[in-house]
Amino acid sequence: MDNKPKLKIGWFSFTCCEDSTILLTELLNKHLDEWKKVIDFRHFKALKTKNSIEDLDVAFVEGAISSPSQEKELMKIRENCKYLVTIGACACTGQPSASRNNFVSDDINYKIAYYMCHFDYSKDVKKIADFVKVDDEVNGCPMNPDLFIETVGKYLKIFNIA
Amino acid sequence: MHSADITIENITKIEGTAGLKVKIVDDKVTDLEFIIKDYRRFYAKAVEGKPFVAVPSFISRICGTCSIAHLLCSIEAIEKSQGITASLQTKLLRRLTYDGLMIRDHALHLYFFVLPDLLGIDSILDIPDDDNNFGHQLLHDSFDIKQTGTDLTVAISGAAIHAPMPTVGGFLKTPDPASFPQLIEKLEKIRPQVLRGIEAFSKMPDVLIRNSDYLCLKNDSSYDFLEGSVVNTSGRKIVEEQFHDFLHSVVIPYSQSEGYIFSDSHEDYLVGSLARLNLGRELLNKRTLGDVSKYLSVFPSNNIYHNNLAQAIEILHCVDDAIDILKSIQITEEKPVTMPHRAGVGVGVVEAPRGTLYHHVETDEKGMIVNYDVIVPTAQNQINIENDLKKYFEENLDKDEETLRLSAEKIIRAYDPCMSCATNFLKIELIRS
Repeated sequence: MDNKPKLKIGWFSFTCCEDSTILLTELLNKHLDEWKKVIDFRHFKALKTKNSIEDLDVAFVEGAISSPSQEKELMKIRENCKYLVTIGACACTGQPSASRNNFVSDDINYKIAYYMCHFDYSKDVKKIADFVKVDDEVNGCPMNPDLFIETVGKYLKIFNIA
Repeated sequence: MHSADITIENITKIEGTAGLKVKIVDDKVTDLEFIIKDYRRFYAKAVEGKPFVAVPSFISRICGTCSIAHLLCSIEAIEKSQGITASLQTKLLRRLTYDGLMIRDHALHLYFFVLPDLLGIDSILDIPDDDNNFGHQLLHDSFDIKQTGTDLTVAISGAAIHAPMPTVGGFLKTPDPASFPQLIEKLEKIRPQVLRGIEAFSKMPDVLIRNSDYLCLKNDSSYDFLEGSVVNTSGRKIVEEQFHDFLHSVVIPYSQSEGYIFSDSHEDYLVGSLARLNLGRELLNKRTLGDVSKYLSVFPSNNIYHNNLAQAIEILHCVDDAIDILKSIQITEEKPVTMPHRAGVGVGVVEAPRGTLYHHVETDEKGMIVNYDVIVPTAQNQINIENDLKKYFEENLDKDEETLRLSAEKIIRAYDPCMSCATNFLKIELIRS
């Protein structure tokens, strides 16, 4: 068993198309062997069933916030991580997931209203920084892969992990 | 087990967020809810009033993993609404980019999500770093397979996720054929790895059999994800434009996505690789057929776990199909076909990796979107998934709760569902006020 310290990370998705999750699984083609040696993937729902959000060094968050329950979950993530990095356009800017914010009242037909009333939708979709402190951004739709790799490298250095 | 409430808050190793609630009273399943949890983004509504040329790229943001499927389905619908016929070269290039999508998307599902089930572990992250370990070998095969699928789509369409080059009428930039010999080499190199995967996934021991109907797009002359008529097991053949009327939508109060049943029989049905193999396996690429005959003997199959084997076989078909096209295509410089804008209605139907995908567009005389509708595969499979789970639980109540939970996740995972897709459509007749 490898007992060297690792960067404890979590990967979280809110409202979005999860393109950055898909891009990350693509980056794993070339980087998984190397990253497994230095990164402890504590929360990564797309890859594992046994997930934990406790005591994270870095939380990577994709997607925008659509509801009070998502807001609560985001707060919990922020409380459990030392650094929080937003991933992709929806997390960094809210768009395009926040398109519904521009609907005028005539657009809110009964079908849309049905979903917004039956589930806990917030009035507006918002970016992550509207709720919590964000330490870094990896923007793009999907995220810029080179910037993501650079950001991972930055936090490996901050936590003195070779 | 006499009575129990089993809740899985977040089903893992799938795309998006879904949960499951099962209530068991006196050894009977009294309630079972498969809950799609992703919040809706209402993109089909958001494109109204936009010029059609901007729509395929925007609407492909419905999904990160099969954005190419949404992109090409949207382009097909818009081209039909405008009376645009793409060139033969464009059709072949779309087919190539789609082969790349299928290779990457199926491999992600099979090797990153399903492989841990096959190996009896939680995650690919738990596979030991040992070259002699079978799981390690398959995982590293998958890196090459996925990368080759991505490389193929990037060469033709500029990116594997939210590709910039495909547009209404053709491609914004004609691909450079100088990259084709290297692509052929890469595709030939992954063939033995893909075959090793087919063998591995053919040995998946799990079985869940229920008599479902199956539905897919089928082309009489080739195994085609992009062109054909919609067919089902009962022998119905529906032209793309009538597909919508063939389905009946069902509001599922606890789910963020509607479900679908057949409008005539009110029966549930399954879309995806299993449906395509059940209904059209004889049309697979000839070279593929030569190598997979022993695995095809299980089809037609009513075992949902055979959707995994079907995906593994489709990866090989797409490898062989791409090699054939890359070897024969003669690229000439082409500009996208354009026509004067007109008021029109168009329907696109394609086979996305996880099943039949439908886009419907209505434009005004200036080419602005008046109405847009999308029906995605996961929404169509939703009721089928629930009915499969009910059957599984009813027949296995003697098992311990952990086994029931694991199996329920495996059944859902076998469908390769995508919740991002499932929560981004609105039925068109319900939009109209």
